[in-house]
Amino acid sequence: MKKGLLFGLLAAAVAFGAGAYFGRSTKQDVVISSSTSGASYGGGFKAEGDNAQASKTAATSDVLRSVAGPAPTNVVMVKDGESIQAAVKAAPAGTIIRVMPGTYHETVYIDKDDIRIIGVIEEGRRAVLDGQKKLNDAILYSGNNFVVENLEIRGYKGNGVMGQAGNNFEIRNNIITDSGVYGIFPQLGQNGIVEYNIVSGIADAAIYIGMSDNIHVAHNEVFDSVAGIEVENCRHVIVEHNYVHNNTGGLLAFVTPGLPIKTTVDVIFRNNFVVGNNHVNFGAPGSTVSGIPAGTGMLVMAADDVVIEGNIVSDHKTAGIIITDHAHAQNITADPESDPNSDRVKILDNVMLKNGYDMIPEVRAVLLSEAKGGGAIDIVRVGPSPGSCIINRHQYVTAGLGDFADCDFTNTAGISTYLLPSVPPRKIDPADRGKVAYLGICSGCHIYNGRMIGPPVQVIQALYLDNPQGLADYIAKPVKKRSDYPEMPPQDYLDPQTRIELAKNMHDLNN
Amino acid sequence: MRRLVVLLLAVACVSGTRASTQPDITLNQRCPPGFEKTAAGVCELRTLYQFYDSLENRGVGGTRTALPPHRDGFTPQQIDLGRYLFFDPLLSGDGSLSCASCHRPDKGLADGRSRSIGIHGEDAGRAAPTLWNVAFLQRFFWDARANSLEAQAAGPLYSPREMGNDPARLIASLNRNATYRRLFREAFPREATGPVTERQVYAALAAFQTSLISLNSRYDRYVHGYAAALSPREIEGLNVFRSFVARCSECHTPPLFTNEQIAVIGAPEPPGRPFDVGAEATFGSPKLKGGFKVPTLRNVTRTAPYMHSGAFAQLHDAVEFYNKGRGHAVPKDMHLYLHWHITDPQLTAAEIDRVVDFLGALTDEAFTPAPPARVPSGLTPIDHSNRTAAVSARK
Repeated sequence: MKKGLLFGLLAAAVAFGAGAYFGRSTKQDVVISSSTSGASYGGGFKAEGDNAQASKTAATSDVLRSVAGPAPTNVVMVKDGESIQAAVKAAPAGTIIRVMPGTYHETVYIDKDDIRIIGVIEEGRRAVLDGQKKLNDAILYSGNNFVVENLEIRGYKGNGVMGQAGNNFEIRNNIITDSGVYGIFPQLGQNGIVEYNIVSGIADAAIYIGMSDNIHVAHNEVFDSVAGIEVENCRHVIVEHNYVHNNTGGLLAFVTPGLPIKTTVDVIFRNNFVVGNNHVNFGAPGSTVSGIPAGTGMLVMAADDVVIEGNIVSDHKTAGIIITDHAHAQNITADPESDPNSDRVKILDNVMLKNGYDMIPEVRAVLLSEAKGGGAIDIVRVGPSPGSCIINRHQYVTAGLGDFADCDFTNTAGISTYLLPSVPPRKIDPADRGKVAYLGICSGCHIYNGRMIGPPVQVIQALYLDNPQGLADYIAKPVKKRSDYPEMPPQDYLDPQTRIELAKNMHDLNN
Repeated sequence: MRRLVVLLLAVACVSGTRASTQPDITLNQRCPPGFEKTAAGVCELRTLYQFYDSLENRGVGGTRTALPPHRDGFTPQQIDLGRYLFFDPLLSGDGSLSCASCHRPDKGLADGRSRSIGIHGEDAGRAAPTLWNVAFLQRFFWDARANSLEAQAAGPLYSPREMGNDPARLIASLNRNATYRRLFREAFPREATGPVTERQVYAALAAFQTSLISLNSRYDRYVHGYAAALSPREIEGLNVFRSFVARCSECHTPPLFTNEQIAVIGAPEPPGRPFDVGAEATFGSPKLKGGFKVPTLRNVTRTAPYMHSGAFAQLHDAVEFYNKGRGHAVPKDMHLYLHWHITDPQLTAAEIDRVVDFLGALTDEAFTPAPPARVPSGLTPIDHSNRTAAVSARK
């Protein structure tokens, strides 16, 4: 039932004249290109301004393996029986929280910058976060420069590691099993590394890179999940050297409609082992991945500039690589702001074998329409994908690739990473902060020369003439002074420097 | 009978406007709270969120994430003129309703009704959305059919089910009014020689509405670094809210608590109401049948009842809806393309309570606008804090 969902419309397309899509001659002259020589892909990342140097460095340096900002200045230890969250709460920025082996039942959330949670592995024993199928997520972070390493996460209902807008993150060497919807899910962040994790038994994607920029996903093992590694509504992502096996679908590059960030552009899938992803689809009804046919090695849907190079793609009963668009995925919503097509797919040399041996009827129908006999299929394209190219096409059994040009490059050796050096935190002038705090907070109750909820600024100025510190102290801990005004709420959440700048700002107001 | 009272009052009011001039009504020279007056004399928003960034500048993310691009740069005079217009029943066809009738400062800038009620007592069909933080929005109305505040304004002004006016009558009544003529000249000095125009009316209303900013709730203080701003229960609720079990924040995404997308969630209509196709009509897309714009949750405790036609009286009911199973309220014979985040999360009763607790931390009405004591038409401004005669009669 489920395997037909994605291609439910495909049968109709075939019936109404697959010739329109596939009718071009499939017999072309054999063009042989060597991927060990020839031009390299230029990449899609056009850095500007300050980032120009960064991108140049990134492109030429061998590896960039750390993005999480300044070296930590503080180390604390959490032992079995203690709370990781308590340590996070107490930790100032720049803290490494070392978690000793043991079992921890908690959701750890990190809403501050520069925190690293690093498990200590002793003779193979790890710090285990066990959600006992009661807790939602294991790690939730929104802070920047976040690192999580060496944990074992199991039995959560939501996600193993979930990021919401934190930049410069590193998620490394974690073992995540049976932990809900996504094993690792950084979302809405820029500049992150996901590497050396082992993720399995996940009801959606083992690793899901969602609405993010400049991400490097490498050396992970993902298996027994519906999707192995999914890149969705992202730009500048490299997925390389991963071992992706026994999922329903292996590697996915999607544009999912209905999200606030609308594009997927510039994704490189290279040098991965994508093997035997034939797992029965157990995705939740309604989820995008529930429409993936079991036995799909790679799936490109509406994503642009996806480069597929150097992968071993074998043993997939439906197809090695499927390239499609929104129109052929009937279980997803519509979005007038999303481009539905997979533009400029680039297929370089890959090792493909034993794919398409038990294809779903819809794929077989496409093959028959191209008179390929239907014994195997490596690459199938359904729906428009303008500007696409391939090298050495004669190696593969393909369908729908008739209008793919020959690529004018043969490799991606010129691009080692899309990561950026850690972007230093923005320096905020305290005076600016004081002014904005006055306008954003105080001005709700005070105006210069009139009565609102609190007394006029003029009156306050007279009271604290040449004493901004007095005013800064008062607003942190106000006491009721006037019977005809309501008591002021304390503003002690503003740090002392902001309060003093705010006081100076109020002192200088003249209208 | 009630209707008659309203009409009589309305007629009395309208006829009273003809002679009215209000020489002492003047426009504020200062920007509203939260705004800084620049050297150019325009008001620009200042908020601590301006110290943060957001991915692709879309203004969606986590805690310390920048807001989406917004509109500001109106003059204090334009904003204040908009305020007078907003509260003035002169803008409706019979002088009985103002914008503030359905966007009440005492009701979270909504109106506390399941669906709004127009000048003829007719059901307007959908709930009045809050106006808090509309400066950041790109699409307006529940079905996203307008792309600017100016385009939106024409909707309720001229709908016979809402304010029941028409452009000619609106412009004529403003041009007949000496006070408005003076105030428009002051607000739009470069066009001071001509009559009041529709475009100016929309601009002034947009100027006022973009000043309605709510970004200083206890949640915001937590974001800016004051961890104690939220209680342990509220933090628990925040973690359920953003968890991938509940998935609330996937669409109600901080910092605005909306991602401004269309979502088909399968919410029910109140008993007896026909099914509302929502955004299907706007975009001509059957996949969007029953889809509505994700609303902000800021000040949500102040804007009951909930959903596009007010099916849920309590916030708790609205949260619980998402826990009752994917598609449980979809009419039996109907297929909807339900949003993939509508699942069956099986939250506990305590988790639902915590989410409701957390939503309470999104309240900030410090910049609630003051209704003018008098408006240029001489009609009684719609000010629910004073309970005007017309409104009392309508109850």
